[in-house]
Amino acid sequence: MASYSTSEFRKGLKVQLDGDPYIMIECNFVKPGKGQALYKCKLRNLLRGTVLDRTYKSGDSLEAAEIDEIQAQFLYRQQDHFVFMDNESYEQYELTAEQVGDAWKYLKEGMVCSIVLHNNQPITMTPPNHVVLRVEYCEPGAKGNTATNVTKPCKVDTGAEFPCPAFVEMGDLIKIDTRTGEYLERVKE
Amino acid sequence: MHTPSTNGDFRPTASWDTLRLRAEFLRRLREFFDARGFLEVQTPILSADTVVDRHLDPFRVQISAVSQAGEGSGARAADSGQSRDPTPSPEQAFCPHPSPLPERGGTVTNPQSLIPNPSRYWLQTSPEFAMKRLLAAGAGPIYEVARVFRRDEIGPLHNPEFTLVEWYQPGESLEQGMQLTSDLCEMLLEKRGQTPFAGCQKLARDPCSRNIGKGVAAKGACPLFSAGPAERISYREAFLKYAGLDPHTADARQLVEAVRRLGIEAPATMPPEDRDGWLDLILVERIQSHLGLERPTLLYDYPASQAALARIRHDDPPVAERFELYVAGIELANGYNELLDPQELRRRNAAANAQRRAEEKEALPEESRLLQAMQSGLPAATGVALGFDRLVMLAAGATSIAEVMAFPFHRA
Repeated sequence: MASYSTSEFRKGLKVQLDGDPYIMIECNFVKPGKGQALYKCKLRNLLRGTVLDRTYKSGDSLEAAEIDEIQAQFLYRQQDHFVFMDNESYEQYELTAEQVGDAWKYLKEGMVCSIVLHNNQPITMTPPNHVVLRVEYCEPGAKGNTATNVTKPCKVDTGAEFPCPAFVEMGDLIKIDTRTGEYLERVKE
Repeated sequence: MHTPSTNGDFRPTASWDTLRLRAEFLRRLREFFDARGFLEVQTPILSADTVVDRHLDPFRVQISAVSQAGEGSGARAADSGQSRDPTPSPEQAFCPHPSPLPERGGTVTNPQSLIPNPSRYWLQTSPEFAMKRLLAAGAGPIYEVARVFRRDEIGPLHNPEFTLVEWYQPGESLEQGMQLTSDLCEMLLEKRGQTPFAGCQKLARDPCSRNIGKGVAAKGACPLFSAGPAERISYREAFLKYAGLDPHTADARQLVEAVRRLGIEAPATMPPEDRDGWLDLILVERIQSHLGLERPTLLYDYPASQAALARIRHDDPPVAERFELYVAGIELANGYNELLDPQELRRRNAAANAQRRAEEKEALPEESRLLQAMQSGLPAATGVALGFDRLVMLAAGATSIAEVMAFPFHRA
């Protein structure tokens, strides 16, 4: 089984602890000059979201998490569930609203997202870094105002609202960065 | 995961102000030592010898460009150097400039024969061995600004390549070493006019630094407001005060208990009987952050089991004549009243290698030219090594060592 030694520890590493998958969200190297090297880590449980503090000494190792990452397209939302389909196997996966989190704001039918599976159960999903959404409603902007530092809320076709520059109009297609939720630019059809 | 911003990777991670501060510190440091009659020396960073320490891992370097069968297996390191120079006379052996060339050079066909043991040179973890050979050869007070290398040491306070300022001073007591360290620190970290260095203020504010400047943040104190002479606390006093235990008399079981009582998260694989491991854990988690808050602090008289290359004073209990300097909870320097007895060095080397083997680490050569120098007679001396990059960090208000290096490891 794959494992990581302490010298490979870094933020973002996905490891297995007591049967659960965890992601390393912090790893601090401390060492008294003539003493034992220690790695002080924070690990988040990918199933429960709980955070653990763990200290390791050099030479320790952690098993790699038994997870798979698949590309799946978003099919539809059914009350509190989001249904995706694996692009290769056509198998369908359901994620809860909690697992999807804020990413619902970007989800449009057919959008290809990355889904992490543990024992073939979906645990997290990540939308593409950039998505294009259509503005369905916003206050009219002052013509000719090209300033980007003045923003107004714009409601898009997923039902979410994003702050956009004043010149954005209803019907515009806008590009949003899903990692920050920031407006990037207007795009043509 | 290449993004356009990686184009900036060629640039230094330190600001020009910080790089100028580095240069200024180097200059002032040299003035400090020169004014006190120290001779600046340069010793090999690539050497056939290396310090044998349980927790220091040197980079091994393959010297010949022609790879050799069986090289790199690690097995040769365990033969403790016996195969080198059968029995050189002490004079030849630690002479700073030995001549490895054959008497008549005409017939050399294999350049490797010029190198005593080509598969086993090391990048130095400190210039300690070579500097002590100079002492044994009659050097008097010496200092070196050395680039040194330690494997697997990377973090906010660590870079695998870093700068050590190391100095040796003939003399009998640890006191002179502590005094000089205090003077140097005071000189470099003194406030300029009414403006203290930004360092501690930033350490106190920045949540990212909570692991290094935790104590500063808690007390809101700034060590550099009142640099002054360093204050002193013995290892024993510090453990009694901050951890409620006597580090010299507590047995391993009591240390494990104390770790639990203090709520310290311990590695699951720590052997219960590893006293020094538990002491280190308590030091890192509950003591360091209290040291050097009001002013620089010297922590002294370490447990005899952590003597490294320091002399042991046979008090009851015996203690290692060793100290460390702390500022804002950060370890800046480490000093010894130097071990002089070659037999004792042999015993410690063997013990360190036994621990390394038990931890599945490569054993390091136990024979060295330092042993030969000690057999010929090393004068009583104190030696101190100071982490130059960390000193600049404190003065610059940096929370990561990368901020004071032009090109840290990930951009090297």
